[in-house]
Amino acid sequence: MENLVEIKDVTFSYDVLPVLTGINMTVPRGKVVSIMGLSGCGKTTLLRLIGGALKPRKGEVRVAGRVMHELEQDELYHLRRKMGMLFQFGALFTDLSAFDNVAFQMREHTDLPESMIQDLVLMKLHAVGLRGAHQLMPSELSGGMARRVALARAIALDPMLIMYDEPFAGLDPISLSVIGDLIRHLNDALGATSIVVTHDVQESLKIVDYVYFMSEGVVVTHGTPDDIRRSEAPFVHQFVWGEMDGPVPFHYPGSSYAGDLSLETARA
Amino acid sequence: MPERVLKNLRGIGHEVVNGIWRLGYASRFFLLTLARSATSFRRFGLTIKEIYFAGVLSLIIIIVSGLFVGMVLALQGYETLQKYGAAEAVGTLVALSLTRELGPVVAALLFASRAGSAMTAEIGLMKATEQITAMEMMAVDPIARVIGPRFWGGVLSMPLLAAMFSVVGVFGGYLIAVVLIGVDEGAFWSQMQNAVDFRQDVVNGVIKSMVFGVAVTAIALFEGYDAPPTAEGVSGATTRTVVTSSLAILGLDFVLTAFMFKGI
Repeated sequence: MENLVEIKDVTFSYDVLPVLTGINMTVPRGKVVSIMGLSGCGKTTLLRLIGGALKPRKGEVRVAGRVMHELEQDELYHLRRKMGMLFQFGALFTDLSAFDNVAFQMREHTDLPESMIQDLVLMKLHAVGLRGAHQLMPSELSGGMARRVALARAIALDPMLIMYDEPFAGLDPISLSVIGDLIRHLNDALGATSIVVTHDVQESLKIVDYVYFMSEGVVVTHGTPDDIRRSEAPFVHQFVWGEMDGPVPFHYPGSSYAGDLSLETARA
Repeated sequence: MPERVLKNLRGIGHEVVNGIWRLGYASRFFLLTLARSATSFRRFGLTIKEIYFAGVLSLIIIIVSGLFVGMVLALQGYETLQKYGAAEAVGTLVALSLTRELGPVVAALLFASRAGSAMTAEIGLMKATEQITAMEMMAVDPIARVIGPRFWGGVLSMPLLAAMFSVVGVFGGYLIAVVLIGVDEGAFWSQMQNAVDFRQDVVNGVIKSMVFGVAVTAIALFEGYDAPPTAEGVSGATTRTVVTSSLAILGLDFVLTAFMFKGI
């Protein structure tokens, strides 16, 4: 199967702080791929590299055969019109209604008449179940609703690639399930490819085709959701089953506990 | 050399390098805004919207302040001028003070406090809530779509606000001098008409207010765009906008006045 996204030996750092080291990944067309890992392990940075917002120190990220960091701004913007992105907290434009948020890209990038934009926006909002809320402002939406409006905005121009940055963060169980189902169904209905960056294991394992696990800037394991569930690798096991202690320790490294409580001195 | 002295020297050097770097970044930002201004004029509706937010919504504070400044000028001017038997010249004093100096300067200071700080906070919060990044990911240039219209909205609003300030100020002076104190109305207006030169006073005042508009709006937008995406970062950027803009207005006013009225 042809790959839409190919990441080859990518290394990235913010100034001198290394974030990603030798990352290799492929995302086949039509699939939903998840990138999981602890907060701060470089997942969102990787998403920004795929979107061309950052340039790797080493290696390359290819999207639809184009090397992202070699593109001029016009070419990059042209390619981004075929991408959609859902941000962690929606990133809706707060001065625009739900309708205008979804219509934003259509008005910016197409010459469609307003009557057609009206129909298209209502169809996108209907797909996420919020056609009736089209006139509401972002401040009037709940967290789950805002995320769904942002999802409608992300698919406004029927993108070939949809990127999700922590789509489940801070959602109640119903909203979480709704967003999960929408990610899967919209991907299949639009014939798109999706990359889901998340640390919500149980929800994402239900909907994705393939998983990459990251820790401290490297891919530690990858496989299908069943492979991940069955994995005996200590880090993956601790992460998937939410164990308190393991390769990721419960206690932040520090000096000796007895020493801090002055027990050693007292004993001496 | 003691370590403490070296540490202080390093700190000073770091601040200087940082300041130069930031100045360069701000200049690049300003040039980019100018280069990508086509959208602001091609879709003038976006700029009109910003003129409403920066200009129309600042009218109340400008009108009220202008009225009081004009009234105070008339009171103070009459007090001094009557000692020399030139009380009718109070209209001239009020009009020249307002058109040459107080109109552009005080209106710009108020504009920086009211509209400039609002612009910084808005752009800073758009950045903190990833709206700017979202726009970039949607292949929409935020400099052209967000910064440009706000810049031109501010630049076009500023001279209009300064003019409004001066007009209302003159009216305030009229209320005090003519209506309250009883200075001759004909003398008040005719002396003002004779003394105020359109090119020398009014046009120069408009030029000043345009320069202040460019400075305040550019500073406000840069501070917002450069603000760290945190509550503390946006708060600090808003404060810097008001402080830097106010100092820039006063400094530029001195330079412009020196060139315009002293023939340097």
